[in-house]
Amino acid sequence: MIGEISAIMGRELRKWVRSPPLLLMALIQPLFWMGLYGKAFNLTGLFNVPEDVLRSLPPESTKVVASLFNQMASRFFGSPGTDYFSFVATGMVSVIVLFVSVFSGMSIAWDRRLGFLNKLLVAPIRRSSIVLGKVLAASVRALVQATMVLLMGLALGMRLSPASPLLVAGAVASIFLLAVSLSSLVIAITLRLRSWEYHMAVANLLNLPLMFTSTALYPQTLMPDWMKPLATLNPLTHTIELLRSALLYGNSVDLAAYQFHLAYLSAFALLAAGLGSYAANRFLSAER
Amino acid sequence: MAAIEAEGLRKVFGNVVALDGVSFSVEEGEIFGLLGPNGAGKTTTINILTTLIRPTSGSAKVWGYDVRTETSKVRSVIGLVPQDLTVDDELTGIENLKLMASLYHVPKDVAERRIEEVLELVDLKEAARRRVETYSGGMRKRLELAAALIHRPKVLFLDEPTLGLDVQTRAHIWDYIKRLVREEHLTVLMTTHYMDEADANCDRIAVIDRGRIMAIGSPRELKAAHGSDVIELEVQGNGVNVQSLVKEVRGVLDFRIEGNRATLRVERGEEVLPELMGRMIGRGVTVKRIEMRRPTLDEVFIALTGRSIREEQGSWEEVFRQSLNIRRVRA
Repeated sequence: MIGEISAIMGRELRKWVRSPPLLLMALIQPLFWMGLYGKAFNLTGLFNVPEDVLRSLPPESTKVVASLFNQMASRFFGSPGTDYFSFVATGMVSVIVLFVSVFSGMSIAWDRRLGFLNKLLVAPIRRSSIVLGKVLAASVRALVQATMVLLMGLALGMRLSPASPLLVAGAVASIFLLAVSLSSLVIAITLRLRSWEYHMAVANLLNLPLMFTSTALYPQTLMPDWMKPLATLNPLTHTIELLRSALLYGNSVDLAAYQFHLAYLSAFALLAAGLGSYAANRFLSAER
Repeated sequence: MAAIEAEGLRKVFGNVVALDGVSFSVEEGEIFGLLGPNGAGKTTTINILTTLIRPTSGSAKVWGYDVRTETSKVRSVIGLVPQDLTVDDELTGIENLKLMASLYHVPKDVAERRIEEVLELVDLKEAARRRVETYSGGMRKRLELAAALIHRPKVLFLDEPTLGLDVQTRAHIWDYIKRLVREEHLTVLMTTHYMDEADANCDRIAVIDRGRIMAIGSPRELKAAHGSDVIELEVQGNGVNVQSLVKEVRGVLDFRIEGNRATLRVERGEEVLPELMGRMIGRGVTVKRIEMRRPTLDEVFIALTGRSIREEQGSWEEVFRQSLNIRRVRA
């Protein structure tokens, strides 16, 4: 079983490593979101009181105003020192995982069209191995891409304030768990779709709603009430918050929240992978 | 034990009946051909026997295992060379074979030796470390054959093994297939719509059309039962009535005379021909040219179905695949 999965995963990854243009193209979108949107839309700038305004205030209220704004910044953005660019950059590290995962079903459509899927299906392997191999391959890809986005963010001026190495390791795991969750779901949905046009449609259908109902671009506390529960359900939110806890908040990290995010993601990934395997055993076939 | 036994296979896709009660059996060690036009049900038959799709009704056993209930046992004793070229372009020959070896749970050390063996069988040792995208069409097909043999299958399914290859390569691929059958003790079920290939390479043939088997037998039997020899003559009558002369010869089924050319359909041409010649020369008819054609499977097919093997417009998907295949083959 493990041999089957790793053989299929190995094939996918070999093909991926050998086509660098694809890899680079997938980085373009997050680069725009981060480089243009993240730089221009300086949300935390609203909480920085300009010097001249501060000076024109009566001296006794300066402190009060400063602490008020600091409180607001840390309520919305986790810690008073967080700048919006770093906030968005951590969001984008997770969003690239989304972008990679929503296309994970495409390779099944291609294998089907090229006849390779039939070859997998006549081999004495479990159908779920085919899906799990592809899910794991997508997850490794997502992890590599996320690392590249993080490096891009650092190059563009992201400011890190990491907590302990253990928490950082957990954040890395959370990226992997998110990728497993999303790609399993996407593959389960697209298992029987025959043409890549449908896959594009599914990808577009999932991409923006999942990004906007997560905390990638703005904090949950600022969302309208009806959207808050959606953000909590969205696994993207949990990875983003874990990343921010581990990389940005330094010592002001909320450990209980961190553990909850990790537990939620683990459960979500397990369920999604289970669903993907079930769907594969039940529905993956050469029949039309 | 028969290597393959199919009993009343029926397959319905929506409102299209692809297979309408197909029964046949293939003996161990045989090369058995399914011959028919596109859309006749050949690939559907292969897909059912290789567990890719389930029959709507009917049953089939491969190497004694039921294709509906013992799928993984069936899968472990068969090899499939599909119509499409499915070896992975971006991987090398060896990587493709290693992938297949792990999908068939061949232990690593065994796999290494086996990969050497199959590469040797199909003469791909030199190219094995190159990426498949650099291969010619014939080389890809050979790699495809090697990949299907990695786990020492008992029964090999070949779906249109020479589709899209040029004539020379086709002959070459057939040499390899025959070598594999001999050295690996395989039973082969293959489909083709090339009559000449079926004739030259199959021990027995099932002629299939519109989901039904029209006849089963060795190429010789089929031609004897459903075809006839044709004799063509060019003569100078010299005043003799050629028509009545031809009528006197036993074994002539029918004939047509146009000017000084005569075309005869006959039984046992090897006996009719000398008699006909003798009579003509005896009566003073000058025979300028004479030619005898043995029956071909084409004629058998026409006799059985009333039509020549027809090219049917495939689905969009099929056309796409075929053009892709042809592109790969030409590359």
